[in-house]
Amino acid sequence: MSLITATEISRTYHLGDIQLKALDDVSITIEKGEFVSIMGPSGSGKSTFMNVLGCLDKPTGGKYFLEDTDICSLGRDELAGIRNKKIGFVFQGFNLLPRTSAIENVELPMLYDSISSKERIERAREALKSLGLEGRENHHPNQLSGGQQQRVAIARALVNRAPLLLADEPTGNLDTKTSTEIMELFVKLNTESKITILLVTHENDIAAYSRRTIRFLDGRVISDEVKSRQ
Amino acid sequence: MITLSSTFRISFRALRVNKMRSALTMLGIVIGVGAVIAMLSVGTGASRKIAEQISSMGSNLIMILSGATTAGGVRMGSGTQPTLTMADVEAIKKECPAVEEAAPVLNGVAQIVHGNQNWSTGVIGTTPGMLIVRDWPLLYGRPFSQQDIKSAAKVCLIGQTVVDNLFGGADPSGKIIRIKKVPFVVAGVLASKGQSPTGQDQDDVIYVPVTTAQKKLFGTIFPGMVRIIMVKAKGAGELSSAEKQITDLLRQRHRIGPKQENDFTVRNLTQMMQTAEQSSRIMTILLGAIASVSLVVGGIGIMNIMLVSVTERTREIGIRMAVGAKTWDIRFQFIIEALTLSLTGGAVGILAGVSGSSILTQLAGWPTIISTYSILLAFGFSGLVGIFFGFYPAYKASFLNPIEALRYE
Repeated sequence: MSLITATEISRTYHLGDIQLKALDDVSITIEKGEFVSIMGPSGSGKSTFMNVLGCLDKPTGGKYFLEDTDICSLGRDELAGIRNKKIGFVFQGFNLLPRTSAIENVELPMLYDSISSKERIERAREALKSLGLEGRENHHPNQLSGGQQQRVAIARALVNRAPLLLADEPTGNLDTKTSTEIMELFVKLNTESKITILLVTHENDIAAYSRRTIRFLDGRVISDEVKSRQ
Repeated sequence: MITLSSTFRISFRALRVNKMRSALTMLGIVIGVGAVIAMLSVGTGASRKIAEQISSMGSNLIMILSGATTAGGVRMGSGTQPTLTMADVEAIKKECPAVEEAAPVLNGVAQIVHGNQNWSTGVIGTTPGMLIVRDWPLLYGRPFSQQDIKSAAKVCLIGQTVVDNLFGGADPSGKIIRIKKVPFVVAGVLASKGQSPTGQDQDDVIYVPVTTAQKKLFGTIFPGMVRIIMVKAKGAGELSSAEKQITDLLRQRHRIGPKQENDFTVRNLTQMMQTAEQSSRIMTILLGAIASVSLVVGGIGIMNIMLVSVTERTREIGIRMAVGAKTWDIRFQFIIEALTLSLTGGAVGILAGVSGSSILTQLAGWPTIISTYSILLAFGFSGLVGIFFGFYPAYKASFLNPIEALRYE
């Protein structure tokens, strides 16, 4: 069974009288363990597609199955449950809670999953350690560098053992060296931990880390190529 | 579902970040709760005081005043024409079934001397029944007897104020005082009753047998006449029937025709005082209601700040939603935050109200009583205010669109 089965997905926005088709009959299947990059110019619909796959938005047409769950039939709170257990998000702007320590940021998804405070702390500590942030548990985001902040965000995305990681331009705010570090981290997570990664990016260098690249234009998929890794 | 303790921690942290703002928001509730408690304590204190004064007068009390004289077309006040007699007192006692006890009053003002001290006070000639009518126990000594009445004995019962002024507080039983130069033996001392509802000192009084008063003190040209008859009804429910029985009996005894006016006045004192007590209770409710308006205003302050807080933290709400916060997780977070504000404000407000009312007592001399009931009421009300005014901002937060919330700058 595929991890993601999206069939003829469309998403239409109504701006007054104008209908804007952000997604137009997009059909994509992604297997478990894939590392996919999604490319396209601004307004091509790639972010809308990520929001749909991330259960933050519902498509206006088509079918979306995550594993065997029919996402389109779920309500607001059920979607929140899916996001909590199945999906980890990494954003361009990190989106960590300010004035909150690294470990508490990582604990956040587990707060909404009724996990005991002892286990929360244990798992958050472990996740931070695996990303090389040992000793930074009590630092606040403004005391951390961009790369460190993004690693805290990745720890938060991984801590609930979600099978799917969605990264929306994760290196957009980072310098080249740090970007490389983060991308190598993604590759490692993909190969070693078998986590499925979907990555939205503008840059070809970044997309080069993935094994499959899907290109969007005007709400449609214009190419979908798999390359062999050297 | 998020646990309650985690929700509390998140709320405390959020409130700590804006200390000044949280404190000012709470101040509204502090003032509201404080005002409710202080105002209720003033009102309760006032009505308790009135109730005490009423019971100090004696319960179920009816007063009968003798009629008014008319001299050359000029009508004088009640009691100027002595129309009531000792026989009326006996008849009321015997023939009115709703009456428990009746006692006459023949009063005047006299100078009293003991040793080198002297004092001017009201002297009342009456019967032993007076102590029953007024529910008035003795502190020392004995009441006077029917024998004292028959023999017009020169004995007296004196009030606490008289004791203080003549004897300086010592037990004066058996000592001799002179009333209008006539020597009287002090038979006993009346227990202190304090002020009457009209503000008179009830303890500034001397009781002597009515016969003695007639013969030795206030010699009158109408023997057997009394000015006032005090009556105690058998119960609060029988006050009006007692009133009617007395009126009928006296009209019959005084031979007043169907179209003539009464030559006496019956006053139901207890009912008058109960009206006063009721109006003070209404005042308490009114004070509390006015004070609770400020509590509601405090609640609006909470709502205002919570709305600002929801807007400021739109991105935080988006992040929480993205990682799996459900509708009620978000709602609880903001309701708990509002509730923390209002209950902390409420707790401080209780302190403010308690100290405020004790300041009122000390500075203005108002009697205040803080009841547990008023504290619970004000605290509970502040909790309700928090939930009520916190709900809308929380509701608004829980329906944010996560995508837009995440993009919010």
